[in-house]
Amino acid sequence: MQHNIWISILVMAGVSYLIRVLPLTLLRRPIKSRFIRSFLYYVPYVTLSVMTFPAIVGATQTPIAGIAALVAGIVLAWRGASLFAVSASCCGVVFLLELFLCR
Amino acid sequence: MDGFLTRHRSAFCAGMRDGVPIALGYLAVSFTLGIAARNAGLSAFQGFVASLLNNASAGEYAGFTAIAANASYLELALVTLVANARYLLMSCSLSQKFSPSTRSIHRFLVGYDVTDEIFGISIARPGPLDPYYVYGAIVLAAPGWAVGTYLGVMAGNLLPARAVSALSVALYGMFLAVVVPPAKKSRVLGVLVVLSFAASFLAERFLSLSSGTRTIVLTLALSAGAAVLFPHREEEEAQDAA
Repeated sequence: MQHNIWISILVMAGVSYLIRVLPLTLLRRPIKSRFIRSFLYYVPYVTLSVMTFPAIVGATQTPIAGIAALVAGIVLAWRGASLFAVSASCCGVVFLLELFLCR
Repeated sequence: MDGFLTRHRSAFCAGMRDGVPIALGYLAVSFTLGIAARNAGLSAFQGFVASLLNNASAGEYAGFTAIAANASYLELALVTLVANARYLLMSCSLSQKFSPSTRSIHRFLVGYDVTDEIFGISIARPGPLDPYYVYGAIVLAAPGWAVGTYLGVMAGNLLPARAVSALSVALYGMFLAVVVPPAKKSRVLGVLVVLSFAASFLAERFLSLSSGTRTIVLTLALSAGAAVLFPHREEEEAQDAA
């Protein structure tokens, strides 16, 4: 079944808004549960990691360029480069490598 | 109305000043998000609206991927929920920053655009949060995000395949820039990131799950495991947010 894009956008928007506004409006005191606090703390790191690898390898025209971008991104972020610099360098690595690898 | 303006003008202007670099960064990053939107079959206008209503990089990216895979609305909602789960945490934290007298309408409006960056500058303000400071940042950041997406969908159609291929790793680079520095500081987070990479790789190889379901299952399992084995101490959290 083909899904309607406008409904899809509304589904995404509804979830994105509720997730932010419910804690802001309902929560007037801190969360007590240590497990839930810890869980919420770890979630972004796992989600972003899972979404990055191995998808980055498949995103480029050749997997080698994707792997190189991954390595470059990790090294630069490790050395404290800014978000924009890391992101732009990943693009640059792919672009340069594919100049040679893809003709 | 005059007294109202003078009371909040300085906070609003401070928000706009801090919103300028955020808006410029958003313009660049959401451009590549537009390419993902185009791949999912969205028009430039649909990409614009999606970004205007979502204000989420990972969340929108995950959503567009799910749309491209023709996922059900339920899976789309769950994927958006998981990819945006950090905003739940940020909003919990931001809710504590309002003065108790802040009216609900301001909580509803601020909730529109709680992002990594806007959360960061809001939480860094001394004292209780003046919502007008956040509005100042939002009036620049939100259009920057939406217009960048629009341009990304448009230009994605014109750019050569090689340029699209290069730009398609921009978001992953951004995710790495978010994940790696804290992983360097904390051994638990470092191991967790490596485990997430490995589990994601194995799951893609050996389990026939859609990418959205994979993200949900692995996030719940690994985060819960880490929370049980290594409960997070609050004082570290305060540092991370600063």
